[in-house]
Amino acid sequence: MARLTLREAITEALREEMQRDENVFIMGEEVGAWGGTYAVTKGFLEEFGERRVRDTPISEMVIAGAAVGAAMAGTRPVAEFMTINFAFVAFDAIVNHAAKVSYMFNGQFDCPVVFRAPGGGGKQLGATHSHTPDVIFAHFPGLKVVCPATPYDAKGLLKAAIRDNGPVLFIEPVPLYTSPKVRGDVPDEDYIVPIGEADIKRVGKDVTIITYGEGLHVSLDAAETLAKEGVQAEVVDLRTLQPLDMSLALASFKKTFKAVVVEFGHQTYGIGAEVVAQLQEQAFDYLDAPIKRVAQYDVPAPYSGELEKSALPDAKKVVTAVKEIL
Amino acid sequence: MDKTTLLEWYRQMVLIRRFEERSDELYQLEGKIKGFLHLYIGQEAVAVGTIAARDPERDHLITAYRDHGHALAVGLEAGAVMAELMGKATGVVGGRGGSMHLASKEKKFWGGYGIVGAHLTLGTGMALAEQYKGSGGVCLCYFGDGATNIGYFHESLNMAGVWGLPIVFICENNKYGMGTAVDRASANPNLADKAKAYNIPAKKIDGMNIVEVYKATQKAIDACRKGKGPQFLEMVTYRYEGHSIGDRTRYRPAGELDKWRDEKDPIATLQKVLLEEYEASEAELVAIDDVVMKEIDDAVTFANESPLPAPETLFDHIYPA
Repeated sequence: MARLTLREAITEALREEMQRDENVFIMGEEVGAWGGTYAVTKGFLEEFGERRVRDTPISEMVIAGAAVGAAMAGTRPVAEFMTINFAFVAFDAIVNHAAKVSYMFNGQFDCPVVFRAPGGGGKQLGATHSHTPDVIFAHFPGLKVVCPATPYDAKGLLKAAIRDNGPVLFIEPVPLYTSPKVRGDVPDEDYIVPIGEADIKRVGKDVTIITYGEGLHVSLDAAETLAKEGVQAEVVDLRTLQPLDMSLALASFKKTFKAVVVEFGHQTYGIGAEVVAQLQEQAFDYLDAPIKRVAQYDVPAPYSGELEKSALPDAKKVVTAVKEIL
Repeated sequence: MDKTTLLEWYRQMVLIRRFEERSDELYQLEGKIKGFLHLYIGQEAVAVGTIAARDPERDHLITAYRDHGHALAVGLEAGAVMAELMGKATGVVGGRGGSMHLASKEKKFWGGYGIVGAHLTLGTGMALAEQYKGSGGVCLCYFGDGATNIGYFHESLNMAGVWGLPIVFICENNKYGMGTAVDRASANPNLADKAKAYNIPAKKIDGMNIVEVYKATQKAIDACRKGKGPQFLEMVTYRYEGHSIGDRTRYRPAGELDKWRDEKDPIATLQKVLLEEYEASEAELVAIDDVVMKEIDDAVTFANESPLPAPETLFDHIYPA
């Protein structure tokens, strides 16, 4: 057992999978000589060589598309987008090709590709580099979309993604990479966390907070504050956005009768919209109060620090939302 | 070239043409085929000649949406291809793909793709997989002239060039990207020049002459196999029909089609070679035509009589097993 940061857990998963399976290789911008712009693949070039750690041109369309083709033809590429914002450039390759080749060709072709995409805002990178667009990718059947919030989940989910025979978009919340608060226990032995399974991260009885990624940590902070005031919040971490596992969220909601959904993406048409829709469809009789959403305001990310932060969810906003429905 | 080979190429080209003519009828007269239908008539020598040059055991094939010719040339059953056009369960991809998305894993035919240029990146990836595994396979990647103007094309050629990947980019220059002529869409209408910009050896080939197509492809595959990196072939050809059903080709100058058909037709060109240089008889060729017609009739019967996909299979294969 080791206590790792989220970034260390991701690095370990990649290294172990490359050691385990010769067919796994990495391609992306600055993954090799630079060591990864977020240093996730630091030392990999030295350890695995240029054949398996491939620096690409700044060409997201072919990074994604060539990874799809290489996956179909028998290898297991892990293609890195420097940030998820650049995955927009490769949108067609991801949702129109990676996500379609299995179905469109009647199951003849596997497509074991992983797209790694560091995401999230709050780093003063301006409007075009600060998106949390996870829901957009989660809209399409055929593409699995995963976003871990703890080191344990990150390592186990990335291993599951690399071993999956279909395409997986693996979103890494950058603000959590090295956060001491997020540091957590990771077993030494090999394990996976199955894709498509949610997890209860805190048990409670008074209200259900449904979230994932960065949202998990503001939700846990909020739950801590609420506990001091005698409110026991249960926190459900979705972990996988597509396919979405609502079983734990539903079970929790049927126990607490109240829910808040927390996400760092924009509110309109967000993950919260889907979660709320499913809760009311499947548990209408349990509704005791409106289900609240805490999300990024519908505004492009401004550069200026405090202004940018004001648009993002925080523990205080979650506490306020909970109190409004208690 | 030996006569048997040329006769086989003749058979394949006639098969493609008759198949396309029948598909057109089934769409327009009988309503049996729906959606898009991009016919390959006029371009038969490119698919047949290039595919004849590949090693079916190890070379990959990927193409755009005008893919019936490639599907038949790799040896897929005409009946299974026709069934696919009709959306039947017995189609090559079970009715899930249709005309634009024919494919066969067994034939290393990775499919037809409907988004212009996108599959060039997939083909580049297949060549990458071959290079990675060191298995000596080459990817034949087909696309039209229109694709040379899209970003996918440039990113693919550049990456293939940087990494020296074993891929033959085969540009089927049929003169029009939908209805827009090459010189109205491409700042440099000499498409082979675009490959040269990425240090990729490029040749312009008469795509109506199957022997030239074959020889050029053989050389290109050989160069890839020897580790010389990507190759580019511009096959100059002509699309007789519209872009898809419903295109009346009003953009074509009067007489242009007739000129190509009368002077350059790939089947007539090979026929002439067979008759004049190989002492083939008219009867020999007619016998082949008859066999092909029977094959097409059987294919249509098979497709007509085949069942539709079972509704309960709707959700199958969203994810690979």
